[in-house]
Amino acid sequence: MSMPISGVTSTVGQPGPDPGAGPAAGQARAGTQGLARIGRAVRRNRKAAVGAVLLGIFILVAIFPGVIAKDSPSLDNYKPRLGVSTAHLLGTTAYGQDMWAQLVWGTRNVLIIALVVGLAATAIAVLIGVAAAYLGGAADGSLSVLTDVLLVIPLFPLLIVIAGYAHGGGTLVLILVITLTGWSYTARQLRAQALSLRRRDFLEAARVRGERQIYIIVMEVIPTMTSLIVASFLTNALYAVLFASSLQFIGLGDPNTQSWGTMLYWAQNNAALQTGQPLWAIAPGACIATLGAAFALLNYAFDEIGNPALRPVRRTRVKRAG
Amino acid sequence: MTDPAPEPLLRTEKLSRHFKIGGALSRRTLHAVDDATLAIRPREIVALAGESGSGKSTMARLLAKIYKPTSGEIYFGERPLSSIRSRKDLLRYRGEVPMVFQDPFASINPVFRASHGILRALTLHRPELSRAERHAEALRALSAVGLSPAADIMQRYPHELSGGQRQRIGFAQALSLRPKLILADEPVSMLDVSIRIGLLNLMANLRDQQGVSVLYITHDIASARYVADRLIVMYAGHIVETGPVEDVLASPRHPYTQLLISAVPDPRVELNISAETDKGEPPRVIDPTPGCRFRWRCPLAIDECEQVTPELRQLLPGHQAACHVAVASEPIRAFG
Amino acid sequence: MSSVRADADSHPAGSATTVGPMLTVNDLSVAYEMDRGAVAAVDRVSFELYPGEFLGIVGESGCGKSTLLFAIAQLLNPPAVVTGGNVVFKGVNMVGLTDKQLMAVRWRDLSVVMQSAMNALNPVKSIGAQLKDAMRAHGVTSADEIAKRSAEVLRMVSIDPVHLKSYPHQLSGGMRQRSMIAMALLFTPDLVIMDEPTSALDVVAQRSLMVQIKKLQAELGFAIIFVTHDMSLVSHFSERLMVMYAGQVAEWGATRQVFDNPRHPYSAGLLEAFPSIRGKRVPLTGIPGSPPDLSQPQQGCWFAPRCPKVMPVCTEVNPDLYSVQDVQVRCLLYGGPAGGTAPADAAAPAEEMSTGD
Repeated sequence: MSMPISGVTSTVGQPGPDPGAGPAAGQARAGTQGLARIGRAVRRNRKAAVGAVLLGIFILVAIFPGVIAKDSPSLDNYKPRLGVSTAHLLGTTAYGQDMWAQLVWGTRNVLIIALVVGLAATAIAVLIGVAAAYLGGAADGSLSVLTDVLLVIPLFPLLIVIAGYAHGGGTLVLILVITLTGWSYTARQLRAQALSLRRRDFLEAARVRGERQIYIIVMEVIPTMTSLIVASFLTNALYAVLFASSLQFIGLGDPNTQSWGTMLYWAQNNAALQTGQPLWAIAPGACIATLGAAFALLNYAFDEIGNPALRPVRRTRVKRAG
Repeated sequence: MTDPAPEPLLRTEKLSRHFKIGGALSRRTLHAVDDATLAIRPREIVALAGESGSGKSTMARLLAKIYKPTSGEIYFGERPLSSIRSRKDLLRYRGEVPMVFQDPFASINPVFRASHGILRALTLHRPELSRAERHAEALRALSAVGLSPAADIMQRYPHELSGGQRQRIGFAQALSLRPKLILADEPVSMLDVSIRIGLLNLMANLRDQQGVSVLYITHDIASARYVADRLIVMYAGHIVETGPVEDVLASPRHPYTQLLISAVPDPRVELNISAETDKGEPPRVIDPTPGCRFRWRCPLAIDECEQVTPELRQLLPGHQAACHVAVASEPIRAFG
Repeated sequence: MSSVRADADSHPAGSATTVGPMLTVNDLSVAYEMDRGAVAAVDRVSFELYPGEFLGIVGESGCGKSTLLFAIAQLLNPPAVVTGGNVVFKGVNMVGLTDKQLMAVRWRDLSVVMQSAMNALNPVKSIGAQLKDAMRAHGVTSADEIAKRSAEVLRMVSIDPVHLKSYPHQLSGGMRQRSMIAMALLFTPDLVIMDEPTSALDVVAQRSLMVQIKKLQAELGFAIIFVTHDMSLVSHFSERLMVMYAGQVAEWGATRQVFDNPRHPYSAGLLEAFPSIRGKRVPLTGIPGSPPDLSQPQQGCWFAPRCPKVMPVCTEVNPDLYSVQDVQVRCLLYGGPAGGTAPADAAAPAEEMSTGD
């Protein structure tokens, strides 16, 4: 974990009690590293807890949609434009499909896009960002130009153009397109952090020990960047949710897939808001916003976990003096 | 150590390292180290002392082969370092001349356990060892530097250890390679005062019991005196004085050495405030002109100091100084 | 306000004067609220400071000296909070003042010099611009006044006023530190608090800076609280010395007294940990072990695990501060239930410490 080592060396600003001093025999937290520590930190941080719970709910819904929604989403022999009722929790669409089922089954598509794009875009960003920082010179120059160009191009028009060419090839095309246009933002952040780590003594120590460059990058640098890498993943996932839904909304995804974005597309085509079927647009919109918020909350929380200076100031339980 | 017989372990000949500074269009160079000639013998601790900007850290990195020399040569035994080309040879050199870093909180990777560095070093440099043997060697190295219980320490994470313990791990890492010379770059400057002595004693111990030489780089003359056999003083990229530590400190021949000695706070000695004349101006190492680089601060500067860069010359057995005004018969008296 | 105060004179430590103490710290305690509970970083520290006095506070990492300093200057941020006692500066209790009230005091009567100038100075502004900012923040608006005072204050610290246009990275470490001091002296405060101002400097620049500080103090008459880990540095400059350990005052008295005759085994050990460059070369041992983990409170004296003179009672009873002649010592050798087993005026001779382990 790239937890800052606070308090021990003379740092500017707030001094702190010295956690490193005194071996505190017996206190060695055997093996609590990485994920376990993240887990504990998530539980303790309010934003992280809320975000994690929300995300967890969506994941469960995506895995077990049949349990939550009894109907098939494509089944369209219900009476169209029904209102909210116990049989149809959100009513039916203009085509006679159960909206609740569509919403529930649509979760899977959105989450898959979010997670796959998140992972793929982050992987590319780590590769390019860290390599650029490490290789320096001409390699860094060209990689940075590539990153910056992609960053500067207005992404949405670019996405539209590309998706238009791909002719609604479905989810896979969406994933590809969003990944290839979306990695550049986090690549810059990762490069910046890798650059700042470059001069750290332990990397020089590794070099003097005789380690190869590639080993240093993969085994010594990247593990200390886990916090930022996780944050990049969350950023990319959030970005994917929003952009994928937007592309589907304007019809560039396959309109026959079950997804929140395609629900919005059909709702718009049928002027849902004007014809007294607001839920058709509001429900998927709210889900998109909520999933986005879940990722965003987790992202803020990770910033706070990684950097204690950002943590909110709580009322202290220590008795104050008058 | 006035015995002239031992062959030097490591020596440099007119070693220089310059850095280009300013933007791509600038032609200015920073002369971090210029024409440095020094030697380190087996089983001795040599202190390399100087203020920041003197070139001592650059020197360490040149000897560790982190930087390539701009000119001059470094010889390890008979072999010039510039002839080291293959990875195998480089690895062998790194195993004989490892380095210990200054900042105990930044020189160990925080995400791995304390044993990580030692085990990696053993894997790289002593590949013939099995996993169990590596583990045993690591335990041995940790015990040799006074960390116990070694098995417990191996399992801890760096943030669970104190600064002193982390520095000892740095030494253990170096020791596990069975080196001839350890380059220690200000190993105690960032530690609490009461802990420094322990590490200085450790270095002396390594010399006496393990037969390892140490190049101890520091800005603290008092600790240099405590632990070193010989002292090399650097100023503005030049070596200005070298000799047995007691001789140099008791009767310095270079004005800068005298200034350094007089500036060391010693609670047991009365201070004479009115004798303050030096302002501590930083040395000029960017595109320097010929001549002594100390001349602007030196009360004894003569015309020659302006024009001719002084070379190190032998004034007494084993004791050299680079100063036009220095004489063999008595110590320099430039300040106070 | 921009005139140099010429009338304050130093009061020698402990001498009875008609002027009362300028700063009184009473039983001050500060704790950090951490995840695992509150950690007492400063524990019931009390002292008085008279006008023009130079007080040195010495200790190693984790002893609470920086926290104490921040508490006095009211610069503490959560999770640090004052849990007891007060800080009375010129008759006003600083603890509990609002930011606005503090602003009136800050920089005019009390200023702070931080540890690392490179971190405290704004790297993208010239020195002159930063001095101007400081003055404008405290109500000086006339450009003339600002220019005059800026040049004046730089000259005081032996920096040529041409450097008003320089940026911090263009100055040497010593000059940066001196410009921090210049900034602290803008309004000729009565008290300047310095947190290890020389630690980033080499020995020659350090000596030069200390001498400069002492000269300025003699001229302008301000009091100084100087925090450092380097005991030998303050030995020549401070009138009184406080040694801190584990958030408490371990020993406290006139500097010469503490140096010549350290009574607390920690002070003695600390003094011994400085190798000398003159005299005989003797093997030293420093102080075994490391500073304690304050989040694990323990019974008895904090120093007991490392103390060469530890007695059985030391792990049971928390020592108070006991008076020994003119010095105060927190050690059961000098008071408490053991009745003080050491004679009041003869602390163990310094040589004895180096054989212990």
